Amino acid sequence: MYTEKVIEHFRHPHNMGKMEDYSAVGKVGNIICGDVMWLYIKVHKDPKGREIICDISWETFGCTAAIATSSMVSEMAKGKTLKEAIAITNKNVASELDGLPPIKMHCSALAADALNEAIYEYLTQNQQEIPDALKRRHKRLAKEMASLEERYKAYIVKQEETRVKEAVKEEHAPD
Amino acid sequence: MDKRIYLDNSATTPVAAEVLEAMTPYFCEAYGNASSLHASGREARQAIEKGRAEIAAILGVSPSEIVFTSGATEANNLAIIGMAFAHQEKRHIITSKIEHHAVLYPCQWLESQGYKVTTLDVDKTGRIDLTQLKDAIRKDTLLVSIMAGNNEIGTLQPVEEIGAICRERGVAFHTDAVQAYGKIQLSTDSIDLLSVSAHKLHGPKGVGFLMVRKEISLTPLLHGGGHEGGRRSGTENTPGIVGLAAASSLAFNKMEETTARMRRFKRRLIDAINAIPGTRLNGHETESLPHIVNVSFQGIEGESLVMKLDEHGIETSTGSACSSPTLEPSHVLLAIGVPISMAHGSLRISTGRQTTREEIDAFLDVLPRVVEELRAISPFKVGE
Repeated sequence: MYTEKVIEHFRHPHNMGKMEDYSAVGKVGNIICGDVMWLYIKVHKDPKGREIICDISWETFGCTAAIATSSMVSEMAKGKTLKEAIAITNKNVASELDGLPPIKMHCSALAADALNEAIYEYLTQNQQEIPDALKRRHKRLAKEMASLEERYKAYIVKQEETRVKEAVKEEHAPD
Repeated sequence: MDKRIYLDNSATTPVAAEVLEAMTPYFCEAYGNASSLHASGREARQAIEKGRAEIAAILGVSPSEIVFTSGATEANNLAIIGMAFAHQEKRHIITSKIEHHAVLYPCQWLESQGYKVTTLDVDKTGRIDLTQLKDAIRKDTLLVSIMAGNNEIGTLQPVEEIGAICRERGVAFHTDAVQAYGKIQLSTDSIDLLSVSAHKLHGPKGVGFLMVRKEISLTPLLHGGGHEGGRRSGTENTPGIVGLAAASSLAFNKMEETTARMRRFKRRLIDAINAIPGTRLNGHETESLPHIVNVSFQGIEGESLVMKLDEHGIETSTGSACSSPTLEPSHVLLAIGVPISMAHGSLRISTGRQTTREEIDAFLDVLPRVVEELRAISPFKVGE
């Protein structure tokens, strides 16, 4: 069901892991739904004064498609100007992977959304003007997140946290 | 890929060589229709009735109480819908939250047709509460359908006690024994209807049976030539039935030896997986089928775990939403109170008669490494 490119990126993901000295981070998804992605970007100015994503990394909880799209979006955005990176869409990511199974299209949404959110955070922090398209995407994501939380209610998440703690045996607590 | 390690035997099993050998003559040589009068037909009939007698002897019932079907989904549908249609004066059915969909969905369909269904809860280990069952039985209760052993977590139900309660209250008792048949000693004394599938016990796909007590009348789902005593029309699947009987005999003859080995593997799997931080065992520690182990790993998602293991030639399955066509996590794991995030991170390992100690060792060598790899790229760290 997965393309060779998806499998390849899943098996050998690029730019994975946490970044310590990041400029901004985009966090999307919800563990209740089964997919969560955190995407870190480091931005610097090139000699021409353009802001470039000089480093990028991610942490993802999710299925094969979620991991492959995380890897792919990081490759696509690395070295790009912010303006270029903003233009990356979920569809672009999926087609760079030679397509995703229709039911998995929501996973590919995660990757470009996380990039979107990271750039939004960066621009906000640096008090720069935020392009309209980016604003709209951010609003849509916030709305989706809110409706998700509405659907599952805060108490379920709370209950979930306690249940996870109970579920994992005491002796397996971290060192 | 060198050699695959198949640890998904609850999904299906390889056909045993002896089973294939027993079936082979019934394709090109003894191909007659068992309803035909001539020698070829009589030959097929003889093979089918021999198979029926073998299975009946294993279960301690009479051969006329075995109805061959296309598998367990049909057997379950025949038991539930066939009972409901034959006894329309009683319109209440009791089942449990962790039944296979081949039981739950026929019950839900009957509900849409105006029947009443009570779905019993299960505890954290997956066992039903006998008091809740007793309380749920009403005057118009027709049937209780509770599985013998669960296909995802392996938990065994107290079948004999359930049967005794049903007997006392005059309610018919059906059990889906797909996973339990050939794995545990099943006393059929208090069971009225029992479903089995051949491909879960090294037999062929597409054949199974429903054991139906003489006293029980059913409305058939398939109408036609009146085969199987009028309970299931359709030309008998002679090679399939021969294979099912051969697989049953093999499984029961080797049961003690096989399940002892499976239990050793299970112990070893549970001990080794428990040593990995952030894990939990889903199901019952002891009241459980010997061949199924279900565990959850914190911080990782099951579909990617199954795919990582597949990369190493190891075949398993998961109750994660990402692997289901509905994108819902396993109803069984949710029913036993597994947190949603850890239902996403579940892995089912199921052994078969062909599974070796070397395969278990190879799996346990790979597992901690792939769990580590996936945790390294997850935002959720164990213990946080």
